[in-house]
Amino acid sequence: MAYDLEFEKPLAELEKKIIALQRKGDRLKPDEYKQLQDTERELRRRTEEIYKNLSSWETVQVARHKDRPYSEDYIRLMCEDFFELHGDRSFSDDHAIVAGPAKLGDEHVMLVCHQKGRDMKEKQFRNLGMPHPEGYRKAGRLMQQAEKFGFPVICLIDTPGAFLGLADEERGQSEAIAANLHLMARLQLPIIAVVIGEGGSGGALAIGVADRILMLEYSIYTVAMPEASASILWRDKGFAPQAAEAMRISAKELKAIDLVDELIPEPLGGAHHNYRLAADNLKVALLKNLAELKMLPVDELLERRYQKFRNIGKFGIASESLTAPY
Amino acid sequence: MAKEAADPPTSTSSNTQARPALPSGNLVVKCIRCKEILIAREWEKNLKVCSRCNYHFKLSAYERIELLVDPDSFVELDADIVSVDPLHFVSRTKDEVQAYVTKLNDERKNVGLNEAVVIGHATIEQLPLALAIMDFRFIGGSMGSAVGEKITRAIELGIEKRIPVLISSASGGARMQEGLYSLMQMAKTSAALAKLGEAKIPYFSLLTDPTTGGVTASFAMLGDVILAEPGALVCFTGPRVIEQFMHVKPPEINSEFVLQHGMIDAVVHRRDLRQALARLIRMYSPGILEKNSQEFVQHIGESDGLRPGI
Repeated sequence: MAYDLEFEKPLAELEKKIIALQRKGDRLKPDEYKQLQDTERELRRRTEEIYKNLSSWETVQVARHKDRPYSEDYIRLMCEDFFELHGDRSFSDDHAIVAGPAKLGDEHVMLVCHQKGRDMKEKQFRNLGMPHPEGYRKAGRLMQQAEKFGFPVICLIDTPGAFLGLADEERGQSEAIAANLHLMARLQLPIIAVVIGEGGSGGALAIGVADRILMLEYSIYTVAMPEASASILWRDKGFAPQAAEAMRISAKELKAIDLVDELIPEPLGGAHHNYRLAADNLKVALLKNLAELKMLPVDELLERRYQKFRNIGKFGIASESLTAPY
Repeated sequence: MAKEAADPPTSTSSNTQARPALPSGNLVVKCIRCKEILIAREWEKNLKVCSRCNYHFKLSAYERIELLVDPDSFVELDADIVSVDPLHFVSRTKDEVQAYVTKLNDERKNVGLNEAVVIGHATIEQLPLALAIMDFRFIGGSMGSAVGEKITRAIELGIEKRIPVLISSASGGARMQEGLYSLMQMAKTSAALAKLGEAKIPYFSLLTDPTTGGVTASFAMLGDVILAEPGALVCFTGPRVIEQFMHVKPPEINSEFVLQHGMIDAVVHRRDLRQALARLIRMYSPGILEKNSQEFVQHIGESDGLRPGI
């Protein structure tokens, strides 16, 4: 049950063996007991081995795992209190964004999170975690409110991307995202963004301009979902695995090129194997970073945030000037 | 300004009339929208606008600059900034293997530009401004690190010299080949604009055909005033992605559509753009101008421009 991904086949077999042995319960013979222990050890070892060497595309599958904890799971496990607030005050409430004030340890924070749905009905309700413009406007509204009341902002990112529909164009998806980038760049409070699953495109960045960008170990963050990139590059979304590898979208690869500040370790085999441990790890990382950021005077915080994004990018200087106009 | 679309100001003063774009060599040109056959010379005189359907053809960055700014006032900056290949990106499909570096070299050779944006400063009716003009021919005008850096520098030039900033967009969005670096350019350019806003310096955004994806969802939509050329594709989701995911022919989401839905300030015909910008600069920056205009024009003389004005 727990190991159901393509590359986890050897693990699933070991698991099947373990379950068969465990079923015997008290009737387990001594040599079978030893076999059980060995198999369990083997499963741990193989899992560690496989997960240490996940490719980008394999990480995509873990990040999208149907049992992976979503924002509300983390909120429930991490926060002593959370009061969800709704609506953008001009058009609608977007269920793909969950937001509101929360108590995290001793800190009062404003949570702004993408929320996916698990079963068909909830998936529809959450629109697959793909916000409409009103979702981003709700996020922007509550971040401004956070600034007013002095709550640091914590954003949990988990979306394939902003929703792509005609109605979204009509209501200004681009403007809604751009406005948040603009707002978050200068918000006078610490902001921490954590990619907990899928960080997809502008729809992720729209709540991702932060002083610290953290990622769960097996999450992904990408300029466009591999399927979308494949259709842009090669006009065929079937090339998604190639696109994932070429764009290096796994947390580990992004940490290696310093595009994210910190990786948050996940339980063995991914966050969905142990919600409690995953949430504890996330909470520890959030509180640690929050404590560090709260030490900085606002001016310095903002200047550091500006420089952080100002310095992202790799470019060169042409040796020969190529300036023939027209 | 919305009035502009319906009631374009007519100007006959030679000072504000845009000069024709350069000849392209062909005798006739086919309009890619209405398929009308146009006499090249007429079409060029008409600023590469179709006389039948008013389709505004794409312009190169330098053509656009010539159209918009005072003759010989443009000084290009940072022309030597080029993309590198931070991810060692190789495009592998069934029948083609192409490294991003190869693609970059090809584009540089074919287009004659180092990158998909040209930045610098110039004057419009003697009013100084910083500008970044995108060129769609270079990998679809896509934004990678180099484009993000150059646009940020153009904005920072505006902050430093206290002159208005104009960005003319023509882009398919973020550049896939640079992965997350490209996405982060959206945050970088938007942050620079937030600083420009704090300095109370006006930013004019001009949307040309096409403006889509990550460019629309960052600096293009952040203008204090947003203008668009008629009929330009302006949307978040580019047609290629819509086709793949929704299996429908993409709807026509253009300048008029976004104007109708309240996302931009005005649709302005190409021949009226320069005058519209001049009027806006005058209206939005009286304080800045009187103080800095003189000073800046003097400053241009000793500027570190890499290329003399065109």
